Amino acid sequence: MERDRAALTLDAEPNTLPRWLVPALAVLPATFLAGLYFWPLGTLLTRVIQPDSIGDALQRPGLAGVVWFTFWQALSSTVLTLAIGFAPAYLLARYRFLGRHALLALVTVPFMLPTVVVGAAFLALLPKEWHGTAQAVVIAHVFFNIAVVVRLVGAMWAVLPTDLTAAARTLGASPAQVLRHVVLPLLRPSLWAAATVVFLFTFTSFGVVRLLGGPAHPTLEVEIVRRATQLGDVDGAAVLSLLQLLVLAIAVWISARLQRRGTHSFTGSSHWRRARSRREQCAVFCVAAAVAIVMLLPLTVMVSRSLRLGGRWTLIAWRELGSSEVRPGVSLGVDPIASLLTSLRFAAVAAVISVIVGGLAALAIAAARRRGALLDIGLMLPLGTSAVTVGLGLLITFDTAPFDWRGRWWLIPLGHALVAIPFVVRAVLPVLRAIPSDQRAAAATLGASPARAWLAIDVRRVLRPLVAASGLAGAISLGEFGATTLLTRAGRETMPIAIAQLLGRTGELPRAQGFALATILLVATAAIIVIVMGAAEREGLFDADRH
Amino acid sequence: MSAKALILLLLAIPMIGCGDDADSSNDTSTGTSTTVTMLVYDSFPTDGTPLNDALADFTNETGIKVRLLKAGDAGTMVTKATLTAGNPEGDVMWGVDNTLLSAANDAEVFESAPVQVDFGDVCVNYDIAWFAEHDIAPPVTLDDLLEQQYADLLVVENPSSSSPGLAFMLATIARYGEAGWEQYWAGLRDNGVEVVDSWDIAYYERFSGAAGSAGDRPLVVSYGSSPPAEVVFADPPRTDAPTGVSAETCFRQQEYAGVLRGSDHPNEAAQLVQFLITERFQRELPLTLFVYPVNDAVVLPDVFTQFAVMPADPFTVDPNTIAAHREDWQDRWNEIVLR
Repeated sequence: MERDRAALTLDAEPNTLPRWLVPALAVLPATFLAGLYFWPLGTLLTRVIQPDSIGDALQRPGLAGVVWFTFWQALSSTVLTLAIGFAPAYLLARYRFLGRHALLALVTVPFMLPTVVVGAAFLALLPKEWHGTAQAVVIAHVFFNIAVVVRLVGAMWAVLPTDLTAAARTLGASPAQVLRHVVLPLLRPSLWAAATVVFLFTFTSFGVVRLLGGPAHPTLEVEIVRRATQLGDVDGAAVLSLLQLLVLAIAVWISARLQRRGTHSFTGSSHWRRARSRREQCAVFCVAAAVAIVMLLPLTVMVSRSLRLGGRWTLIAWRELGSSEVRPGVSLGVDPIASLLTSLRFAAVAAVISVIVGGLAALAIAAARRRGALLDIGLMLPLGTSAVTVGLGLLITFDTAPFDWRGRWWLIPLGHALVAIPFVVRAVLPVLRAIPSDQRAAAATLGASPARAWLAIDVRRVLRPLVAASGLAGAISLGEFGATTLLTRAGRETMPIAIAQLLGRTGELPRAQGFALATILLVATAAIIVIVMGAAEREGLFDADRH
Repeated sequence: MSAKALILLLLAIPMIGCGDDADSSNDTSTGTSTTVTMLVYDSFPTDGTPLNDALADFTNETGIKVRLLKAGDAGTMVTKATLTAGNPEGDVMWGVDNTLLSAANDAEVFESAPVQVDFGDVCVNYDIAWFAEHDIAPPVTLDDLLEQQYADLLVVENPSSSSPGLAFMLATIARYGEAGWEQYWAGLRDNGVEVVDSWDIAYYERFSGAAGSAGDRPLVVSYGSSPPAEVVFADPPRTDAPTGVSAETCFRQQEYAGVLRGSDHPNEAAQLVQFLITERFQRELPLTLFVYPVNDAVVLPDVFTQFAVMPADPFTVDPNTIAAHREDWQDRWNEIVLR
């Protein structure tokens, strides 16, 4: 609502920028999107519309089982995440207490962690009998997605007027009745939004399922990878990719319809308060402590597992990260140290590409005002497409001369950038839209041409958020697993690939090494996220566009 | 640090180290000698064995350096090669076997027909000490593996990712036919068969009979020539093999090597492939990879002939039949055993 109003006032004043500016800014992002997203998607489509491939792929034994498992694990994960996320959402939306900020960060960080790290953490935490089970997958999904509930539902809860509930209590409603008849209906839009996001994420979950689900529990995403990389059945994989896209589109459509019904919007400040009675303080403390333990336990156990071998505490796994001999002359095909360097290099390249393309896109979108929406939505599309589909599309598109780029190392960071660019745009756009128009007017009064004023005001403003966004893009690249799985080449494994390979083994030492490497990835990503989140909070990045 | 400096720094990082990209091994411009990259499966030794010494001799003679690149278990390696046909991850591929050769040829993975480099038999191996201790006779045939006394003892490789896994599945298809092999695997599943992704996980990490293994399964799908390996690498030395072979569970496997289509150094790569079948290289195969050489000039070492089992009549399946049904069989196996 507010954004619409802002856009309206923006459009009310004449756009004095040169006509060539928007096309000049948009040409690179648009080409990037067309070449790396729409073209591969088109290639997938053409591979699929041959009648044979659809029939063949859909008649494979076991497909119904895969679709069914994908669906019900996503549904159970969603329901459980909503149920469990409710308490911390309420706590963080309504109470002011010592460590509130830290707890909010603690709940949020897992959502941004690489999927292989979360998979590794639960592999370390859960007893062996649970490995390769559906419940392990669902538990990890809940841990992963609680942030979505806390952030989306909590944001709405924080601004619900307290007098409504107070009035209901005065009229004699019990707390349960208030919750059922007042609070829940008011929260409904945010509940649907959270449910949709969690469902989409868990439906296309790859890393967690790959590590925890075992061969007996493949989701569509895992089956696509198995078909393509183990059976070499690319057509079959393409059919499943599009089947999955179709389901995602339907889910989004249903959710959009449901969210439209009964939307209330409240504005105003948050109603935080301190716990009053002794009992209330106790409850706040207990819930906060429980949430903190649940969030910290899996990661702590993972770190400790990298330090244990043969029932003793030892640094062997860390010291021997570079070598893994299973018998004289025969070592594992994984080099953790090399994977670390590869990942850092890819992350740097992906960050630079995302910052350039995303920064130009944000400037173009802001300068084009209302017409910018097309590019904005277009750049968001890769996020709604599963990572494996993005990777598969790139793999089968760039396989013929003169675009035979499968062997080029930069294809992987390009894929990472495709996923990271929307975040860069989200970080920069609010800053641009918040620039008061009188600043430009002042520049004009001082004799600057519109283009000059734009350069001095808009472009300069973008630099700071771009730095934060580059960190985020780097973190996304460091953890990217799905697209990389399809594009990776021997000798050039990234950290997530190496972690999955090490944890796919049964020997104690390679597993401990896998946990050690996952710890490195955890620390690197968490550090970036905390720094970027801090900067974002100080400077109001990402905020203005939150619905 | 200002925002501008940070961005400049970020711009500079990717420039560092771009030069040492793995692709540069294909660059001739940087040095006088050419490096040929050979894709190998995970259990191929990369360093410090007589096999690597033989490759060093090749480098000394020709000036061509050889880089060994591990590409997963053979099944994974070959599928990846079919996906990257024409733009390969290396110049030569070692170890595509007769179960996957047709898939590789269909995808035109190789520049020219690959040459056979070795052969062996994929057979169930057993841990002699375990069976002696439990006073149970080790299994001999595929039928035996269904018996209650062998419940929860066998570990096999997934035929989708591993070539010995695929070979063992083909053995069961040869033995029981289209009509019976699925039922056989349902029986194995009910008898507690364990499935892992690759041969070296199965053998080194799950099988109790391998030296230094913490595994607890006394039956594993491995090779008829695995027992000599246990004798050669035994520490302290021993004169008898700790593992035996179930002689009627074997599938004959031939391995091939060839120049990959799209190699930047086809001539040097072809020279390497030629070298792989010379006596100099082939004589190291029995005691490093534990397979039979194809070069008749090689005299098999005593320890190899003494402990390796070469079955008189191993199972085989016609390569064309494998090509026509492999994917379907792998899918059905997946359904029966894993789901």
